[in-house]
Amino acid sequence: MEIQLLFFGITTDIVGVNKMKYTLKEGATVGNLKKLLIAKYSALKNINDFAIAINEEYVKDTTIITKNDIVAIIPPVSGG
Amino acid sequence: MVKRTSILITSEKLNLQDCYSFVQDASCGGIALFVGTVRNSTQNKEVTLLDFSGYEPMAIKEMQKIADRALKKFDIHKIAIHHAVGELKIGEIPVIIAVSSAHRKAAFEACEFAIDTLKETVPIWKKEHFEDGEVWVNSHP
Repeated sequence: MEIQLLFFGITTDIVGVNKMKYTLKEGATVGNLKKLLIAKYSALKNINDFAIAINEEYVKDTTIITKNDIVAIIPPVSGG
Repeated sequence: MVKRTSILITSEKLNLQDCYSFVQDASCGGIALFVGTVRNSTQNKEVTLLDFSGYEPMAIKEMQKIADRALKKFDIHKIAIHHAVGELKIGEIPVIIAVSSAHRKAAFEACEFAIDTLKETVPIWKKEHFEDGEVWVNSHP
């Protein structure tokens, strides 16, 4: 299934783009996606743990991703 | 019903008077303001500018959640949370929080709660620029 990935902050620099289409197995969890991304972009290992938001809401590693979800990679925030 | 929260993300200069005017009310005995400003150094290194970027639709939602929680948690009348994005120079203002209440303690507490929570949950990032490079704040262990 296809999902949309969004990258922010330092992860934009690591991946080189701020969004991409991504194909994922049906039933994959947020935790699965994190592992796949770290395997593909090893520099993600060197930063503080990143959070994931689906459709603009924070989710847990156990959340199941569904088709067409907008999945945002949220590195440690630093607003204010 | 009167709107009790004002949430804004803008690439324009933040306006202190707008925040003050929004929360000001005859029923209130005080207004607490937190104004974040760009500091000229970090860990003894001179900063030239800060570049703020955000996941804006989600950042707005998270800022709204903070304002709604503050209204529930503290006995306050109104709260404004405004954040700027884009390049900010030393002394410029990335964030303003204004809170009004009948009695001052609630306004102080809500103001601190709002800025502390914003720094933990709102998807906004700053990149510090130095004479010799740049770094994403909080990104590395």
